[in-house]
Amino acid sequence: MSAHAGPVHHAEAPKGFIRHYIFSLDHKIIGTQYILLGLSAVTIGVILSLIMRIHLVWPNAHLWGFASGIVSPEDYLRVVTMHGTLMVFFVLTTVPQSGFGNYFLPIQIGAPDMAFPTINMLSFWTTLLAMLVLLSSAFVPGGASISGWTSYAPLSAVGQVAGPGLGLGQTLWVISIALFCGGSLMSAINFLGTTIDLRTKGLSLMRMPLTVWGWFITACLALLAFGVLLAACILLLLDRLAQTSFFIPSNLDVSGVLLHHAGGSPLLWQHLFWFFGHPEVYIAILPGMGIISHVLSTFSRKPVFGYKAMVYSLSAIGFLSFAVWGHHMFISGMNPYSALAFSILTLVIGVPSAIKTFNWLGTLWGAQIHFTASMLFAIGFVSLFVTGGLSGIFLAQPALDLYLHDTYYVIGHFHLIMGVAAIFAMFAASYYWFPKMFGRHMNETLGKVHFWCTFIGVYCIFMPMHYLGYAGDPRRYASIESVNYLIPLHSVHYFITISAFFTAAAQLLFYWNFFWSMGHGKRAVDNPWHATTLEWAVSTPVPHDNFAGHYPTVYRGPYEYSVPGAADDFVPQHLAPEQVAKA
Amino acid sequence: MSSRKASAGSAAPAVLFAIVLLILVASTLFLHLDHIWWFPKAITPVGHQIDHQMFLTFVLTGIVFVLAQVALAWLVFRYRDQGRRASFIRGSHVLEVMWTTITLVIFVGLGVMAAHSWGEVHFGAPGAGALQVEVTGVQFQWNFRYAGPDGKFGKIIPKDIDASVGNPLGLDPSDPAAKDDIVVPDLYLPVNRPIELQLRSQDVIHSFFVRELRVKQDAVPGIVIPVHFTVNKIGDYEVTCNQLCGLGHYHMHAVLHVLSQADFEQWERKQEAQNAQ
Repeated sequence: MSAHAGPVHHAEAPKGFIRHYIFSLDHKIIGTQYILLGLSAVTIGVILSLIMRIHLVWPNAHLWGFASGIVSPEDYLRVVTMHGTLMVFFVLTTVPQSGFGNYFLPIQIGAPDMAFPTINMLSFWTTLLAMLVLLSSAFVPGGASISGWTSYAPLSAVGQVAGPGLGLGQTLWVISIALFCGGSLMSAINFLGTTIDLRTKGLSLMRMPLTVWGWFITACLALLAFGVLLAACILLLLDRLAQTSFFIPSNLDVSGVLLHHAGGSPLLWQHLFWFFGHPEVYIAILPGMGIISHVLSTFSRKPVFGYKAMVYSLSAIGFLSFAVWGHHMFISGMNPYSALAFSILTLVIGVPSAIKTFNWLGTLWGAQIHFTASMLFAIGFVSLFVTGGLSGIFLAQPALDLYLHDTYYVIGHFHLIMGVAAIFAMFAASYYWFPKMFGRHMNETLGKVHFWCTFIGVYCIFMPMHYLGYAGDPRRYASIESVNYLIPLHSVHYFITISAFFTAAAQLLFYWNFFWSMGHGKRAVDNPWHATTLEWAVSTPVPHDNFAGHYPTVYRGPYEYSVPGAADDFVPQHLAPEQVAKA
Repeated sequence: MSSRKASAGSAAPAVLFAIVLLILVASTLFLHLDHIWWFPKAITPVGHQIDHQMFLTFVLTGIVFVLAQVALAWLVFRYRDQGRRASFIRGSHVLEVMWTTITLVIFVGLGVMAAHSWGEVHFGAPGAGALQVEVTGVQFQWNFRYAGPDGKFGKIIPKDIDASVGNPLGLDPSDPAAKDDIVVPDLYLPVNRPIELQLRSQDVIHSFFVRELRVKQDAVPGIVIPVHFTVNKIGDYEVTCNQLCGLGHYHMHAVLHVLSQADFEQWERKQEAQNAQ
């Protein structure tokens, strides 16, 4: 890169459809592309989860698209693997960061675009290619991988001798994830460069909206974590294709075949994978934390309680997230002494998470809460974050993990705190920013109905999973009939399946609202929520270079709501002190 | 201070939040106290220690859970929009320091207390005269090997592994120590005697789990992982695999039979007699 690596920009958008909407360099179009990619991935992911739920309670149900008409055990594991991979990588990692972050980071810091628009376009197209490769694996001989989204070696390393889907399907899985790593690395560099270099005049670090902090810290994590996963994927690919033995020990006898590998370590894969994998859960949730702080403050009409504590706790979470990966490996055969260190560090990372929760509650204290659909999802997020966080206190203790590991308890825990909480943040962001993105509002009433159904629905799905865990129900079992002690748990599984259908049906309200409102929603003014940050200072629709050449100066922190002495209950960041109307 | 109209319908969501969160708290408390779906009784001393630690964690997190959800419900109800101006509060250093310190002490304290039972499972030596059993996972079943009368496990030759000729572990036919080894698909253990399991795998990673033992441990190819405990209750318990090992993962199942010392010796003699044939 030359010294003038800033965005090369024309004030006018390119005219042609292809350059404008397909191979676009505009961060707003790319952000929207990421959101649509995530929306397709989450749609497939939810359908797959319904297939799992149907199969568990009605194992002989005839489902379209499966070879034998019904879901076989290997089909079930293919669905498990595809669901996890799509949701973790192509939904939770892309939408909050590359989707909403791409769209709003440059605007919130007063920049015309991302620092490297071409790299931005490349990272989207690499991610799309990764998703297509992943989906294509379902249609190759042997079908998609059955080794789960964690792809533990040697199951994932030795080829189709270990089972169906572990041949070409598994190879495509590894290639897809390696491509995804490439896309995420490019995106991370872009976010870091943009945040560091392109902030407008007056926007010091401690005046950045917490959304920007969330995206910035997430980009740091992504840069450090995805490189490790990329390396791990390359090693796994070599084991599979070039007969190396990074993850395969000697004398394996798989399905009666003695393998000619020697010297590898299955635990090495787990260390590399979780060294990425734990920061990854924070990659999924930190942008959400930023969004929730942002929305809570706006609709509480109050500054974020303890802004600096929020910034420091985000940073602490980011830093500690690289020192806790071993808590995924308490029962893996890793040195049991290291489990104690990982346990204490994991409990310590709970502290900044607790600080954030207290500060969210503090933000509501003394508020005048406006119950918009966006705000409902933000409040729901806090409840889910508390519930999902507390079950983490159990799993952080290796002695308790001895029992709970790989049971439905873990499924309940991470879906609440990483899956559903992050998705609530995306919903909050959608209802909040839709007017700026599309110039129209989403329907508030539909949004509220959508919230209540989803909030109640997800609790009905994931709370009972904790009780399954207490009873010792193992995850990734294709049948709930195979073990005697699972029989009394059938009623719980039925309840979860019914709740899953209810909750999935409620999402149709969101799809309808999202697409219908693009063309028919109530027209939005430039700053409909009376908010303070720079995305509300630009006109709607947002000009191609965001600020139409007039870049703002920032005079104050991001959440100046209900400031004593000011006439309005919000004081925008870009308003010069002499322009602020006195009460 | 100018007053304005409260945003429409602000009471309804506030009340709904209170109702939903209170139902969540009440049903969670009920199901944790009623034990409809719950842990089976532990059958080892360390299992009782783990249950004690679990109980302590339930109490502490339970208190936090109830307080946090109720606080959220109360705040949302109390501070719904009533057309006034919100209080201008930036934060509080005292509160930040207070809740940081309290959570740090509670969380780390729990971790330190839990370290003890973890140490019991993994650091201590098995008791004197422990019975050694080798546990081998293979897609999709468990094999359990006892050393037999000579007290020595025989040599294993991987290329001799062949379940169809009755040699699922690949015991070396030329090794005299292997001749009397007992290999069975279910686990038989005497009550009140220290046990040491040695976990290994022939192919991919499996995980040995018996709920009542409160022990779960991966069986990893390439390494041997010891686990020790003493069972103090006679009965039959289910052994499952808890690490995804392939398409038959869900039916990788065995039974743990805990026998009286006399019954166990009788079972051993029967196996030895079969081996001798």
